[in-house]
Amino acid sequence: MTATHVLDFPLPDVGEGLTEAEIVTWRVAVGDLVEINQPIVDIETAKAVVELPCPFSGRVSALLVAEGQVVPVGTPILSVEVSSPAEPLPHSESREAVLVGYGVAHGTTRRRRLTSRAAPRPSAPAPVVAGRPIAKPPVRLLARQLGIDLALVAPTGPHGDITRDDVQRAVTPLVEARPVRGERIPVRGVRRAMAEAMVRSMSTAPHVTEWLDVDVTGTVRLVDQMRDHAAFAGMKPTPLTVVAAAMIHAAKRTPIVNSSWIDLPDGSSEIEVYSHMNLGVAVASDRGLVVPNVRDAGSLSVSGLARALGELTQRARRGDLTPADSVEGTITVTNVGVFGVDGGTPILVPGEAVILATGRIVDRPWVSDGGLCVRPVMQLSLSFDHRIVDGAAGSTFLADVAAFLEAPPITLA
Amino acid sequence: MAETAIQLLTPEGTRVEHPDYPLEVSAEQLRTMYRDIAITRRMDVESTALQRTGELSLWCPTLGQEGVQVGAGHAMRPGDYGFTTYRESGIFHVRGVEADELLQLYRGNTHSSWDPQRVGLGLFTIVIGSHALHAVGYAMGIQRDGTDDAVLACFGDGATSTGDVHEAMVFAAAFSSPVVFLVQNNQWAISVPVERQSRVPIAQRALAYGMPGIRIDGNDVLAGLAVTRTLLDRAREGGGPALIEAITYRMGPHTTSDDPTRYRDESDYAHWDELDPLERLRRHLLLIGEADEVFFAAVEAECEELGEKVRGSIRGMPDPDPMLMFDAVYAEPHRDVEADRAQMGAYFTRLQESA
Repeated sequence: MTATHVLDFPLPDVGEGLTEAEIVTWRVAVGDLVEINQPIVDIETAKAVVELPCPFSGRVSALLVAEGQVVPVGTPILSVEVSSPAEPLPHSESREAVLVGYGVAHGTTRRRRLTSRAAPRPSAPAPVVAGRPIAKPPVRLLARQLGIDLALVAPTGPHGDITRDDVQRAVTPLVEARPVRGERIPVRGVRRAMAEAMVRSMSTAPHVTEWLDVDVTGTVRLVDQMRDHAAFAGMKPTPLTVVAAAMIHAAKRTPIVNSSWIDLPDGSSEIEVYSHMNLGVAVASDRGLVVPNVRDAGSLSVSGLARALGELTQRARRGDLTPADSVEGTITVTNVGVFGVDGGTPILVPGEAVILATGRIVDRPWVSDGGLCVRPVMQLSLSFDHRIVDGAAGSTFLADVAAFLEAPPITLA
Repeated sequence: MAETAIQLLTPEGTRVEHPDYPLEVSAEQLRTMYRDIAITRRMDVESTALQRTGELSLWCPTLGQEGVQVGAGHAMRPGDYGFTTYRESGIFHVRGVEADELLQLYRGNTHSSWDPQRVGLGLFTIVIGSHALHAVGYAMGIQRDGTDDAVLACFGDGATSTGDVHEAMVFAAAFSSPVVFLVQNNQWAISVPVERQSRVPIAQRALAYGMPGIRIDGNDVLAGLAVTRTLLDRAREGGGPALIEAITYRMGPHTTSDDPTRYRDESDYAHWDELDPLERLRRHLLLIGEADEVFFAAVEAECEELGEKVRGSIRGMPDPDPMLMFDAVYAEPHRDVEADRAQMGAYFTRLQESA
């Protein structure tokens, strides 16, 4: 009788980088005679169910892995007693495979029947992204279907993009029961529009704010004159009228403040400098903040401005404004002084380059011609989109507005 | 679809004449082609088994497509040049590529297999369709050399959806280059059926480029031989490029990593099994009395012997010397490569010393 020896068959990687497989069905039993290339076992990998051929001919001496067991590549699964001195298999323990067709990530084995279960995703800090939120079209569709505004979703994708999970997470808080600890105010209509506009503006335009205190003695005097003047009969001229005139005047020297940043579909950008000025006025209404604008304000006389601003604010307070009043503004003024404060860091109306906030007019100590005196003083706060307006242009505009208010170059006939 | 394609040998093994593609073929040549198909198929089975026992990292079966491949391989002249995909074992074999030469690539022992000049076949690209451009470039080179060689560019139905193949056809037609595009329409681009890729028969696209488009029965070795030879000769005589769409079927998976039962119906197999290229030629040889069971048994024995030989040579193949990677980067010595070689050599020496 010839000497026999036993050879083990280690589980091969049958699919380019697989790490394990399940033994599904043994086709041979201990004691069976097997031939080279005879199918001996069905295995299931992450990719497929395949049958393995026997690399030896001889008698099966052991099945080393039971059906249903999942074992790593390289695990001996079968022992065969061979009679001829067969050449042992040169086994490399973990050969790196080339990739053709569908690959499987190293170290993961997802079973077919488990593919619907989402793998946990490591959440990495995402870069802050300006502009349109980045999301793949199917994710955008999902967001649309779920009524989620992508601008309000925190991205966790590897490129700062919003993933499907991010959108789902944005829905969850609405669905999950959170204990009610106060009055719930639905966010819709004007309030929702405001919220979305503010988020859009802050997430796209880099804001810079500058401040300047102005002695508005000249403005106060002019407003008093206007109130007594025939041309302003039936109107209520206010310092805002003069501020509007000052902005129109100052924008003539610095036209870039009356402009808009435009992102083009090809990824490039342009700045559109307007030849007209639709002057928006931020108004607090019962339903929230609205910003109607005075059309082509630059073409109006001071009395025309006073009339238009008066009408606008009245209609706003009555709730008579239509959405058409609030579109296509090019520059905005907001009078926070009516609330008794001096200034702040106003947020741009999306698509505009500057916004001017005017504070309360209050008597303050003021130094004039080297002497201390008491003057009506107002603070101006100017925020601008630093992509469009640089510090020099913003400061020039602000200083020009201040100079106008200090000594309005307007003579009432 | 196959009914409208040119056929010179019916599935029953009967010879059919076609007015445009007359073919005279000797009994000796028929037996040679039978042997070529049988060997190609046996190597395919052995390669799959070698992959399944961990000896190869991957294999791309040719099963079912050997008819047109062997026919086209025989249609080429020695001086002609082929550019193929990875699923072309029939052409590899006919052109003289040895099985273990081919398989060392799939074992991960080399980045390239055979000597392209020796067999007149470019090394195949894994990137789908890119070699169609190489083929046209080579054909344009032939035009400039002024020889009467021609080029055969082989790819599948999936590759016809790539931009490279489109560009190749545009250039070939524009320059009237001596190249024949042989599309093996095996019905599946991995898991995408051909219906998803073309609204019209692929051969019909050729007309738009300005070249003839001919559909043939891809499981008919004689149609593959006659039509490819006629169109290669037309090309070498200045007639310009042409496209052959060979209707066939990928009987196996896309690769050993693929599981076709996930996406296609196994009932298709029976239909295509009836059209099998090897069985068809066997019936023909028996019908005309030019082969007997002794011949077929001898071929089978030869195949078994070859299978054993390849198995032995693959299992015994030593891992390559890692320093080989520096040898073929440039044709001539290069300073940076030499520096890398020296650094790697020193590293291996240190490893051995510390072991």
